[in-house]
Amino acid sequence: MLNATLTELSAALGAKNVSSVELTRSFLERTARLNGELNAFITVDEERALADARRADQRLGAGGAQPLTGIPIAHKDILCTRGLATTCGSKMLETFKSPYDAHVIEQFDRAGAVLLGKCNMDEFAMGSSSETSYFGPVRNAWDKRLVPGGSSGGSATAVAARMAPAATGTDTGGSIRQPAALSGVCGLKPTYGVVSRYGLVAFASSLDQAGPLAKSAADLALLMNVMAGFDARDSTSLERPKEDYSRYLNKELKGVRLGLPKEYFGEGVEPDVRKALDEAVRWFVAQGARAVPLELPNTGLAVPVYYVIAPAEASANLARFDGVRYGHRAREFADLDEMYCRTRAEGFGAEVKRRILVGTYVLSQGYYDAYYLQAQKVRRLIARDFAQAFERCDLILGPTSPSTAFAIGAKADDPVQMYLNDIFTIPAPLAGLPALSIPCGFDGKGLPVGLQLTGNYFSEAALLGAAHRYQQASDWHLRVPKETPL
Amino acid sequence: MSLSHDDVRRLARLARIAIRPEESAAVVERLNRVLALIDQMRAVDTSGIEPMAHALDAHFSGGQRLRPDAVTESDQRELYQSVAPAVAEGLYLVPKVLE
Repeated sequence: MLNATLTELSAALGAKNVSSVELTRSFLERTARLNGELNAFITVDEERALADARRADQRLGAGGAQPLTGIPIAHKDILCTRGLATTCGSKMLETFKSPYDAHVIEQFDRAGAVLLGKCNMDEFAMGSSSETSYFGPVRNAWDKRLVPGGSSGGSATAVAARMAPAATGTDTGGSIRQPAALSGVCGLKPTYGVVSRYGLVAFASSLDQAGPLAKSAADLALLMNVMAGFDARDSTSLERPKEDYSRYLNKELKGVRLGLPKEYFGEGVEPDVRKALDEAVRWFVAQGARAVPLELPNTGLAVPVYYVIAPAEASANLARFDGVRYGHRAREFADLDEMYCRTRAEGFGAEVKRRILVGTYVLSQGYYDAYYLQAQKVRRLIARDFAQAFERCDLILGPTSPSTAFAIGAKADDPVQMYLNDIFTIPAPLAGLPALSIPCGFDGKGLPVGLQLTGNYFSEAALLGAAHRYQQASDWHLRVPKETPL
Repeated sequence: MSLSHDDVRRLARLARIAIRPEESAAVVERLNRVLALIDQMRAVDTSGIEPMAHALDAHFSGGQRLRPDAVTESDQRELYQSVAPAVAEGLYLVPKVLE
């Protein structure tokens, strides 16, 4: 059961081969055994999970079940959960218990899913390694000396180590896809506006988007069927007809135009990553997909642009943490101003402070036009590159990350080296496009390599369909990390 | 463009983040590395390019959805203040700002 897909779990629950309480207990037991070392979860509330499971069993017995009813799901600790800690990986919110649930949490609740626990992450989702958490680094299930990627590293490790059958994450510049790639699991960042941001602690509001992490593309589709949907409480939520994200899972690849940007296969990509990608491209072409060589000439500007826009929005969003309405408050201060300054100095870690300072700088008088406005203009050039590419192709294929997982501490002291790791995941959120990452092989050290597919707006079902076809012919996504055997 | 210690002190002041003197050198050094990275986009010719403020503005010309100007929320002051560091009689408590 620990290695089963959501479809298999759903069938087993429906046939009464297993109860939700039994299933939940087995994941709770595995989590209790592995979490001390892996640090994938910040909070696990066994009683609450089992109460959810008992309710799900009643529903399964009464005949009102949906596909995810009774299935335990782990949530990134950036999604507000009523009455349960929501820390965002920060000392600032160490004791914060949200008065309300995020829309995504409500949706899983309505579907009858079990809330297994809250996953560790880079502080306020600012990072690519899950090392900046106040609660300590998350470890990679394939090699515990390595990072799992970030910022949704706890979610990725929870799925990789089979502590949860699926998890939620959020992606601002790659925070679902990059940890999925480095941890050997699948992750989807939907089109901006498809999943409500209500109750998602804001980092960079024009980029933030929640999405699923799971073992297969078919599982991602089931999760999207629950997560997506209009919510009036998020002003950027899109009013669209309900879609079935599983509808193209069996669509043929024949005739699909597969865009291969020159910039995604150039220098900087590790040879083993390149090799795994090349093999995957050959497979797609053998299935009848047509390779379309492309150029996305502004790719190299995506990281600099992102590190203007995301910190600018973060500096505004994180102004709310002032020690007045919620979260940490400094103990000693002489006046109100000192209370703010000390509260924020104590509550935020180094990376969060750095981004707030960068954001403050690029928005400050005299620099706004040269940095923030210029970044918004270059952002449009990047979106235009994609618009032109999608006139000639249906999907864009490339590596999710230029390298496989790296050692804990290896890039912690050099923010720029850390930032450049996201070169291939940053462009899609800048343009608002959907993209997913699936495993496509291993490097010489036995570490998973991630393949990224990017599609046009609202093409999630087609992306999932192409990924599913690939997964029917390969077993990379089914491999269990050797350090966490079943 | 490189930031001096004075520049960083000013930014920290604007952002309401206290920086201890012993941290200052490391903060300045790493901020300058980040600035060197983001400076790469300053030289791009963007004349005639409209700034893109919203992720989907390339896709939707209508702009963001507006709702009718009607009351939709009920009073949940007690619930929301239950997570505050210090409240009394429905008010948030902060150090004295008026003499």
